[in-house]
Amino acid sequence: MEPPQLGLIEQSFNSRYSNWAREALDELPDNFTITDPCISGHPIVFASRGFLKMSGYSRDQVVGRNGRMFQGPNTCRRSVMEIREAIREERGVEISLLNYRKDGTPFWMLFRMTPVFGKDEGRVIHFVAVQVPILRRRQRRRNGEGLCGEILSNSCRREVCSSSSVELAGVSAADSDCRVTALEIEEKCEASDTEKQLAATAIRNVLSVLTHYSESTGRLVCEKRVDPHLPDIPIVYASDAFLRMTGYARNEVLGQNCRFLTGVDTDPSALHQIKQSIQAQQACSVRILHYRKDKSSFWNLLHISPVRNATGKIAYFVGVQIEEGSVDRHGLSPEMRQLSVVGSIKVAVRISSP
Amino acid sequence: MMLRIKRVPTVVSNYQKDEGEDAARRGGGCGRNCLQKCCIPGAKLPLYTFKRAEEIPGDKCVLEHDDNQAPVAFLDSLLLGQWEDRMQRGLFRYDVTACETKVIPGRCGFMAQLNEGRHLKKRPTEFRVDKVLQPFDGNKFNFTKVGQEEVLFQFDASEDGEVQFFPDAPVDADSSPSVVAINVSPIEYGHVLLIPRILECLPQRIDRESFLLALYMAIEAGNPYFRLGYNSLGAFATINHLHFQAYYLAVPFPIEKAPTRKVTTLGDGVKISELFDYPVRGLVFEGGNTLQDLSNAVSDACIFLQDNNIPHNVLIADCGKRIFLLPQCYAEKQALGEVSSELLDTQVNPAVWEISGHMVLKRKKDYEEASEENAWRLLAEVSLSEERFEEVKALIFEACSYTLSEKEDEHLTQGAGDDKPPLEGTGSINKGRNCNMVSGTQECLVLQ
Repeated sequence: MEPPQLGLIEQSFNSRYSNWAREALDELPDNFTITDPCISGHPIVFASRGFLKMSGYSRDQVVGRNGRMFQGPNTCRRSVMEIREAIREERGVEISLLNYRKDGTPFWMLFRMTPVFGKDEGRVIHFVAVQVPILRRRQRRRNGEGLCGEILSNSCRREVCSSSSVELAGVSAADSDCRVTALEIEEKCEASDTEKQLAATAIRNVLSVLTHYSESTGRLVCEKRVDPHLPDIPIVYASDAFLRMTGYARNEVLGQNCRFLTGVDTDPSALHQIKQSIQAQQACSVRILHYRKDKSSFWNLLHISPVRNATGKIAYFVGVQIEEGSVDRHGLSPEMRQLSVVGSIKVAVRISSP
Repeated sequence: MMLRIKRVPTVVSNYQKDEGEDAARRGGGCGRNCLQKCCIPGAKLPLYTFKRAEEIPGDKCVLEHDDNQAPVAFLDSLLLGQWEDRMQRGLFRYDVTACETKVIPGRCGFMAQLNEGRHLKKRPTEFRVDKVLQPFDGNKFNFTKVGQEEVLFQFDASEDGEVQFFPDAPVDADSSPSVVAINVSPIEYGHVLLIPRILECLPQRIDRESFLLALYMAIEAGNPYFRLGYNSLGAFATINHLHFQAYYLAVPFPIEKAPTRKVTTLGDGVKISELFDYPVRGLVFEGGNTLQDLSNAVSDACIFLQDNNIPHNVLIADCGKRIFLLPQCYAEKQALGEVSSELLDTQVNPAVWEISGHMVLKRKKDYEEASEENAWRLLAEVSLSEERFEEVKALIFEACSYTLSEKEDEHLTQGAGDDKPPLEGTGSINKGRNCNMVSGTQECLVLQ
């Protein structure tokens, strides 16, 4: 790998995500790769430990290379085409695919890929791909050795025609083993629901880390293309109890985003969870360290929920704060009380007299 | 001739299946954590006990409590909190707050909601609409078959005269508990079902004790936007297991805003009026020296109606201070083919909420074209004719042995839209059928 290329690859990752990102990604058990479509050749910029173990390669052998290095003679070309189209259209895809390890042995896996968008740019900056090995199933009906052989040689020819010499070497190595294993290859292998779920979970895990660790660099990433001009969810109503608890006056609070409550020791992952829930338009409960006007801190059992108005669309988010340690009244738990506040607000916002 | 109509019943519980299917599953433990003998032992649910009141406390729609933290609002919080909890747990078939809703412009303020998800596209079932009283049938769906997660809490009178809440009380079958459960196809936020003495499997019919329980619930919730409703069989109840419905809607219902004309005041202080300038004819009960007086006045009227096979709906509004009783005949008309196809096409079944002015519409077209005029027209079809209503009203009064007050005049200044001259002469209605004629203007009772 030439040094300039390597530099680009490093930068692709480091400029987006903080140092901790690599560590966090390394802690995930899943098999995945992260690629950068903006660098020539659409190379892998990160490969997980699980992926390396699954494929049998070392990190140096994988980073900077294109994903097709793992394809081989029996990899279905239509599937590869589907992946290529998804990349071109900047959308996700889930497909079972035959890949090859370093030692040439083929294996079926569920390949699930999703684009990662830059929040400010609104365009794709990375693709995340997870690979869930599919457990061996009963052999599907084969048409016979002859057909397999034909498929084999056709795909080999195609590989030979591709440009990169590195790839050719890869294919050749696989080729010598192909005939031996051809008889065991199935034409198509479907993933089970469990495997699909694993893939979905893995994608979520990776995206979660990426979006989280993109914040400190200021160059946020997100799962969906967002309008960078969306407003910042200002406070439109604050209860007296809220003002008492935080020590602010009403005019200091209205129009601001709630993040003024956070401070130096507020855990970013709690903030992250809030943001994710808001984006997913779902309710969430977090225990978060907040700061009053006088800079003293308190633990806030915060529950946030979307609230819809008469149009049926989300008009507000309600945040109900309970200072940890406040006394229960009449046997209603803090959680239940928070939910009842959410309920009252939903009833109030739902409809109004003209 | 048996009168029947076809409709797709609303799914109120996640455990409600087609009757045929249900019968096939009978026998053997269910493992569904329901409320039948198989799962009840050891079951625990929150329990809210209310204090029985001897008196209706005048202007306040709350009961006196020692604790100045206003525990009456507690039931309101409990209901809302539990409901929101079930929402977040995904127990409802859809998010009702995602359904567009509006107040139709006009003087009545009818409300319309576009709810395409409430009504299933299933094959319709046949319902008998010519018998208001039908025996309980354990083979059909009933509320003992709901999952315990759909039950929010038990609701009963307190033993020692204090309001109490137990987050985790055992369900004691011997004490015949009443419960509040969610309606998984809600019309509005907070839509619940009050099921009096659930384990006794009472059929859908009013009795004094159950009606009083419903009234207490309205009072305890203390929220004027929380109303309870009742549909008799033949008036669009689909489940023949005694239940009341309730939900929150933060605007006045058209029926609550409708003018009324006083009919009479009873000896026990219950004031009876009738609606006027409203598409559906009905009676309004308020006042009473005690809560029981008010409750019994209404229950007795309902009992008369059900015994005489007259379908009816009841709305408990204004924290239990005003109760509307509406006899209706739409189902019968439908069965006899007397309803226009235009109205039938909307597939609106006018139960208590629709009659009160809240229409849930399935088709976007109906929602967009909803107007005061066509809402009025639909409800007018539901109402008894003037003649028939007068007849029924007279029969109610006769049968309920209502004692007229001797101090009629004092009450004349109360009530909305009441500017008629005072009653000429008063009298009392005896028990039995030999009644005195009471003369007077339209607001007076005229008996055979």
